[in-house]
Amino acid sequence: MTRRMKITLGAIAAVALSTAAIASEVSPETVEFTDDGVAVSLTGVAGDPVAGAEAFKNRRLGNCLACHANADMAGELFHGNVGPELDGVADRWEEPMLRAIVVNSKHVFTDETVMPGFYSLDAGKDVAKDFVGKTILTAQQVEDVVAYLGTLKE
Amino acid sequence: MKRLLIAGVVLAATFAGAGPVLADPVDDTLEIDGTPIITRTAAPEGHPFDELYSGWLFRESETRDLSRDSFENPGMIAVEDGEALWNTVMGTEGKSCATCHEDAAVSMKGVGAKFPKWDADSQKPINVELQINKCLTEQMGAEALPFNKGGQQELTAYIKHQSLGLPVEMDLSQGDMQSWWEKGKDVYYTRTGQLNLACASCHETAMGKMIRADHLSQGQVNGFPTYRLKSGLTSLHQRFRGCIRDTRAEQPKAFSDDLMALETYVTWRGTGLSVETPSVRQ
Ligand code: HEC
Ligand code: HEC
Repeated sequence: MTRRMKITLGAIAAVALSTAAIASEVSPETVEFTDDGVAVSLTGVAGDPVAGAEAFKNRRLGNCLACHANADMAGELFHGNVGPELDGVADRWEEPMLRAIVVNSKHVFTDETVMPGFYSLDAGKDVAKDFVGKTILTAQQVEDVVAYLGTLKE
Repeated sequence: MKRLLIAGVVLAATFAGAGPVLADPVDDTLEIDGTPIITRTAAPEGHPFDELYSGWLFRESETRDLSRDSFENPGMIAVEDGEALWNTVMGTEGKSCATCHEDAAVSMKGVGAKFPKWDADSQKPINVELQINKCLTEQMGAEALPFNKGGQQELTAYIKHQSLGLPVEMDLSQGDMQSWWEKGKDVYYTRTGQLNLACASCHETAMGKMIRADHLSQGQVNGFPTYRLKSGLTSLHQRFRGCIRDTRAEQPKAFSDDLMALETYVTWRGTGLSVETPSVRQ
């Protein structure tokens, strides 16, 4: 707060804008899970499947390929198989369920699942300083990944 | 690089198709310079697995071959360095390790297979590294070696190598070992970090699966210190810390109570596997 007050007038407009954008975002604590999954977009901004594909394969973002093979990315080296193949995943799950799985799959599968919650603060013990209070993906990155998953039809 | 690319394409094709997925440990046997190595054995009572597998069985054939032959094994340089240190006078008392223990091939045979051991002085389990530090400070008038420094890994590798082929067998009836085992079990099953994963998530639930390019083993400790082709000699607590860092958690200190408890528990999980030090890893 104090830091924000020190920002020059010119910057205030930008800050106000980005705050407005964040205000319409669903926070990790308030994501609503129903039997159908997470029905409401986390941001209200349509997901971009191209950005989603990038977040999916990038090791510092989703790193989904660490655990999932995905024929659509056959050109990428090394697909894991800790989780199921994601070919045709959009035929198996509707968008709200895909969103729920990416946000926090523990609500969809069981607490025992190995898959991390990508938009959840329900983390393990001793989270490293740099990651405390942070989600693995941002709300928009989740929407992008969900949009990308939606393209995986057979 | 070209080979890597081809390997990647083959892997991707395997995963994408309906074909069998590389999952299980390989069907292979290990002899190191004529010494038979137990790489599979029945698990001790109360173990989550029926059969225990050495991490060697999860590596590529080129990597496995490097472990078979002492001349090919790049980790043997560390063992030789450890031997030189064994015979080097350190500290104010004018002693080397050999002054008290003489020929390590005789005096250290089987010793490395039985750590961690109960240490009555500190009322804690200690590993080979901490035993070396006890000798240095209490017998030799020398300073304790800091983690991974001053030849600690080399001396540890040399001492453990004297037990090559002998089965790992800890004595949990010593002192309070049993409660450290329990504590280590807690650590093993506790999920850590932003990724919210426990040791068991990768080395029990997902054992045998591929996580990106890595074939997940049971996370056994019988080959440590290991020689990793991409980063060289690797001590056990360095590996523990690396795995914990990969969950995006703060790393516990080497030789901390948590990691000594973990070493006690994980060593038990490999009871009966041969000591392979220094085993080669990718
Ligand atoms: C550390 C491992 C891991 C990572 C990383 C991971 N997953 Fe998963 N995922 C799993 C597992 C395991 C399952 C199966 C559920 C179970 O058995 O618990 C799963 C299931 C799924 C499913 C349901 C698949 C089906 O056919 O039912 C989807 C969709 C999915 N994951 C998407 C993703 C996406 C997108 C990412 C990255 C943003 C990701 N996963 C990252 C382990 C992982
Ligand atoms: C995110 C997955 C993951 C988690 C969680 C994890 N590890 Fe690992 N671990 C690996 C990978 C990948 C390797 C290298 C391949 C292998 O040997 O399994 C490895 C290797 C090891 C090895 C070396 C095995 C060998 O034969 O060289 C040990 C020991 C080990 N892990 C112990 C642990 C312990 C103890 C924990 C918990 C504190 C842990 N790991 C948590 C992924 C993980």
